[in-house]
Amino acid sequence: MTTSAARTAPAHLATAPRRTAADRMTALGRAELTLLLRSKASLLTAVVLPSVMAFAMRGTVEELDLGGTGLSVATVMLPAALATALLFSVYTYLVGVYVVRREGLVLKRLRSGEVRDWEILVGSALPAFVLAVVQSLLLAVGMTVFLDADAPAAPHLAVLGLLGGVAMLVAGAALTAAFTRTSESAQMTFLPFLLVTMAGSGVFAPREVMPDTMADIAAWLPFSPVMDLLRGGWTGDLAAMDQLRAVILALAWTGLAVFAVRRRFRWGPRN
Amino acid sequence: MDTVIETADLRRHYRGFEAVRGIDLTVARGELFALLGTNGAGKTSTLEVLEGQATPTAGTVRVLGRDPYRERAAVRPRIGVMLQEGGFPTELTVTETARMWAGCTSGARPVAEALELTRLAMRGAVRVKQLSGGERRRLDLALALLGRPEVLFLDEPTTGLDAQSRRETWELIRELKQQGTTVLLTTHYLEEAEQLADRLAIMHAGRIATSGRVADVVAERPSRMSFELPRDHFLGDVPPLAPLGVTSYEETGGTVRLETADLQRTATALLLWARDRDVELRGLDARSATLEEAFMEIAKGLDSEEAR
Repeated sequence: MTTSAARTAPAHLATAPRRTAADRMTALGRAELTLLLRSKASLLTAVVLPSVMAFAMRGTVEELDLGGTGLSVATVMLPAALATALLFSVYTYLVGVYVVRREGLVLKRLRSGEVRDWEILVGSALPAFVLAVVQSLLLAVGMTVFLDADAPAAPHLAVLGLLGGVAMLVAGAALTAAFTRTSESAQMTFLPFLLVTMAGSGVFAPREVMPDTMADIAAWLPFSPVMDLLRGGWTGDLAAMDQLRAVILALAWTGLAVFAVRRRFRWGPRN
Repeated sequence: MDTVIETADLRRHYRGFEAVRGIDLTVARGELFALLGTNGAGKTSTLEVLEGQATPTAGTVRVLGRDPYRERAAVRPRIGVMLQEGGFPTELTVTETARMWAGCTSGARPVAEALELTRLAMRGAVRVKQLSGGERRRLDLALALLGRPEVLFLDEPTTGLDAQSRRETWELIRELKQQGTTVLLTTHYLEEAEQLADRLAIMHAGRIATSGRVADVVAERPSRMSFELPRDHFLGDVPPLAPLGVTSYEETGGTVRLETADLQRTATALLLWARDRDVELRGLDARSATLEEAFMEIAKGLDSEEAR
């Protein structure tokens, strides 16, 4: 028996380039983008909803008592618009993608090939990532014009918040999918995190307007550091220590979510 | 001999249930090996370990000389897998699906070539949701073939196919085998195994009950013969049956049914007897065992063994 002969790869593989992780994720991302463009429901969630919400909240924000917070309507609304884009284009949309692909046995089939587990989750999230970035740019420019606002004072913080937010929400979507049993329930299970984040992390109404104790607790919520970075991007007055705290907290939550996904994510439907 | 698939005492437990109870398998390069068995016999559980989708609870497994789970990066580009039940996004077209898969496959053939292999070239622009069950199966097979695999794992490749598609798929599998592809397939269709397999194993309750070449597995089983006793004749009138290799016989309503280990000798003796007596053996039927009989007897025999 010559198993050593069997170990040698055949000629066509030796000459043809091996697919890399980037190749595989690009292929998956392209397929997901096609699917997104073909699904009215996904387009509504990922594209229309965040834009409409971003502009529709102006009235509410103008009624807020921002006295003493150092914030203006623009420095509340602009970060809020980006956060909304993240929460809908990335989180809400991806919960549905992961669950529907799992229930349709697509993830199971993919896992029988060369693509690795994390590549499946990240590759499928690529259109959401692109969408979030493009939407954020358009919303930032559009709202700046709409509100006649100043340019962001520390744009690098906004970019950091955007990227950190995407990473956290991709992991969060996968984790939520792990606790979602069917494609139907995927239309509900994103709500708890979304509502807690909207209310607690100061997406629309900044945490500065909350009572102190509540604000102190809310500062530890997963999305709060993302909001701090986004808002700091526009106000430019996030102290270095606060920046560090925000980055570490966002990474910690993301790490926790990744850890939980590795343990709890299911790749096929329950029997 | 170049061994491509090898397992020793392979076992798999699920929460207190032992689905695979010690499988020893060896498949040589270029061989087509069929895994048969009743539902729940452990075929898919075994296949999942060979494909590197799961680790065995105990025992060893080698595919192309490597551990298919731990060394998956080296093994996966060289194998093709068709799951019993795999899914594709329903809103993608056939071509888009194959393109996605090609982007994930090292050394992939052109998409059009893969679709041509399973006669789906004409359906390239059709959405997956509009395909028939058989067409989906063929798409699945096309993707398994995309990377020109050396080893092909096919879990019930023709389930849900109509008779013609099934024969076309058999033809394709034969061609692949001729080109040197090693194939391990599971099937419910005994004819499929008889048509395609060099060797087969019949699994039952997590074990291999019998294995070998199709002819060998069948040869272990008795042949059957039946005929009507001529008018005014009794069973005692025919030549003694035991010396002819007959292992059992019964007579009901004038019809004799017997099982024999030596069909030619039994048949010759009975036909010569009929000629000498100048009588007719109406309803004469003689046939070798089929794989189906072998299969049924194994399933039955092991069930009663387990009941004990």
